[in-house]
Amino acid sequence: MSSETKQILTTDGIPLEVSLKKAERKNKIKAFLLVAPLLFFLIITYVFPIGDMLFRSVDDKMVTQMLPKTFKAMENWDGQELPEEEVFAAFHEDFIKLVEDKREGKLSTQLNYTKNGFKSIIKKLRRASKKFEEGNYKEQIMAVHKRWADVEYWRAIQRRAPEFTGQKYLKGMDMYVNEEGKIVSVEEDRRIHRVLWLRTLEIAFFVTVFCFLMAYPIAHLLATLPMKYSNLLMICVLLPFWTSLLVRTASWMILLQQQGIVNDFFVGIGLVADDNRPEMMYNKTGSYVAMTQILLPFMVLPLYSVMKTISPSLMRAGKSLGGTPFIAFWKVYFPLTIPGIGAGCLLVFILAIGYYITPALVGGASGTLISNQIAFHMKSTLDWSFASAMGLMLLSGVLVIYWLYNKIVGIDNIKLG
Amino acid sequence: MSKQKDFVKFENVDKSYDGKVLVVKNLQLDISEGEFITMLGPSGSGKTTCLMMLAGFETPTNGEIYLGGKAISSIPPHKRGIGMVFQNYALFPHMTVYENLAFPLRVRKIPKDEADKKIDKALSMVSLQGFASRMPGQLSGGQQQRVAVARSLVFDPQLVLMDEPLGALDKNLRESMQYEIKHIHESIGVTVVYVTHDQSEALTMSNRIAVFNDGKVQQLSSPDELYEKPVNSFVAEFIGENNTFNGEVSDVSGGKCKVKLANAEIIANPISVKSKGEKTKVSLRPERALINPKDKMDNIHNGKIEEVIYHGDHTRVRINLLGNPEFILKVPNSSANLDIKLGNEIKIGWNSEDARALDPK
Repeated sequence: MSSETKQILTTDGIPLEVSLKKAERKNKIKAFLLVAPLLFFLIITYVFPIGDMLFRSVDDKMVTQMLPKTFKAMENWDGQELPEEEVFAAFHEDFIKLVEDKREGKLSTQLNYTKNGFKSIIKKLRRASKKFEEGNYKEQIMAVHKRWADVEYWRAIQRRAPEFTGQKYLKGMDMYVNEEGKIVSVEEDRRIHRVLWLRTLEIAFFVTVFCFLMAYPIAHLLATLPMKYSNLLMICVLLPFWTSLLVRTASWMILLQQQGIVNDFFVGIGLVADDNRPEMMYNKTGSYVAMTQILLPFMVLPLYSVMKTISPSLMRAGKSLGGTPFIAFWKVYFPLTIPGIGAGCLLVFILAIGYYITPALVGGASGTLISNQIAFHMKSTLDWSFASAMGLMLLSGVLVIYWLYNKIVGIDNIKLG
Repeated sequence: MSKQKDFVKFENVDKSYDGKVLVVKNLQLDISEGEFITMLGPSGSGKTTCLMMLAGFETPTNGEIYLGGKAISSIPPHKRGIGMVFQNYALFPHMTVYENLAFPLRVRKIPKDEADKKIDKALSMVSLQGFASRMPGQLSGGQQQRVAVARSLVFDPQLVLMDEPLGALDKNLRESMQYEIKHIHESIGVTVVYVTHDQSEALTMSNRIAVFNDGKVQQLSSPDELYEKPVNSFVAEFIGENNTFNGEVSDVSGGKCKVKLANAEIIANPISVKSKGEKTKVSLRPERALINPKDKMDNIHNGKIEEVIYHGDHTRVRINLLGNPEFILKVPNSSANLDIKLGNEIKIGWNSEDARALDPK
């Protein structure tokens, strides 16, 4: 083969490949410029905050920077006995500096996260340190409070030396690093997060199941009714969707409270005694009822969009071939709706797992979810790094579910509409 | 076993969907065993409704349908044992070809080895051996069609219904499938009720054709009779090409009638006209009229050639004849007919028995 045939030239003598690239380049740049704002937006609103959250959840520089000399001096300490004078002196030096900057309060808060009891002894140390004489700081500091003579508290300080820590994650699982440096669970009566995680999964799971059971017939009806009725039904499904979430939750509060409409009705038909009205709110029941209703459209819509595409002649074929209506449904119709079921369940489950307002309002103490705990740490304790850690745990949980779903059902099978 | 004459019987069947309009009116239809019968008609003529009533997806508003002598109105579709081929095949898209064919056998609890034999047989009948593990989506339209046919036959039903099964195929494929279905019908002798709006399909495949219009069977007869001897002007116009003259009967005598047109009189065969003064529409097939006839014919008139369209084997000639500017002639392309030129005046002749005087409608 000669070389001329290998390289095809355009009429003006430029190699075809070069010419093609040149012609396409303009379109590529145009296409990129079109999506660039969105890309930029996503980076600012999504990638950056999540990165920041990830960083925050493991960042522990604050204490490291507050006690630089102490940690330097502690490098040679084995943590068995009380540290040497050298460490106490370094700690004193750091501490005086913090007091000058009025930052010792922050230190006490931070150290208190690691071990309870730091707050008061740091306050005492601040007062006492004004009268300290030079030299033999070990004796002087230990004299301020007996906890300063306790090796455990020094170990607690030492644990804050690294710049990064996974402690918040452990705390989210009700675990911590004990004095021996082993990861252990906290005492049973102090475990709060595991219960919350489990409850979150449980509520999300059952809400998904309830949504599925209710949405399937609705979606089927929507897909098979004549247009004029199905439009009306569709509006009924979507109307709550367009109403504020807060309003819907509040209306559930009106319905479900002990003197509420539902209870009045039960009493009215004699189902329950007037002095024995069941509590349907401020517990799990409230969360179940309100979340199911609120998340229902997210199940109906993907199911509907899939069912709409299933030809009615398939069911007819199933029946004409001898299948009872149930067999025709179970063997023909149902398998074809699986993409919609998958999409709906995944959507509802993931939304439910991170649900916040509704459980906060109607869930009470036994119906709150992990997201309420995250909000609590964001707003009340201001332990943002812990909130970030739990947020990331939630996110990774969702990713795991997504991955599992992909393994079992296959993400290509999903159909959102 | 002798063939049952009224294997399927529609008896005074009415059907209305909305309580206002009858889609099927007082239908009487007997279908004998082993017959290939086609319900032919324009859309909205009630033919598909009849099929759906037979399959059990619609209930007759009035009257009764019998299958093998038994009234079936109260039997649900899955117990009727009728095979059905749907318009868009209705293959189960999530099942392989094998599973599609196995479905009717599984629900009948037929043991697997026996079922496999039946499936093999059905697939070889439509020459699709080796396709058993394919998904319907991986097949072409024609192949899907064959699978649908195989599936409707695999459980040995006595009756198979086909609802415009070839509607979605292209012309060539449709023609070859027509022969294939016809051959399958001939080889296994199953009774087939076939619905179509394509008259050439109906003419090639059927033993008998029921022409539907307006919820009624207009004519039920064999393809040739339907074409040659339409009983009313709807059938005459719906089946094949047709030349018509509207006029008034001026005389009926001796199996012939005279029809007075606007400015001439023709002799015709009185089919649905009885007496003088009736309005009528005379129907004449294009191939029954000859140019410059050599034999003696009782109708010979002059016309002017308005249009000549070359079709290869024949030429279509549009002639303004006796006030009808749409009179069509089919002229075979032989050297004898070379003088057909636009604008020429020619003589057209036909026999009176081919000109059927039908209802005026």
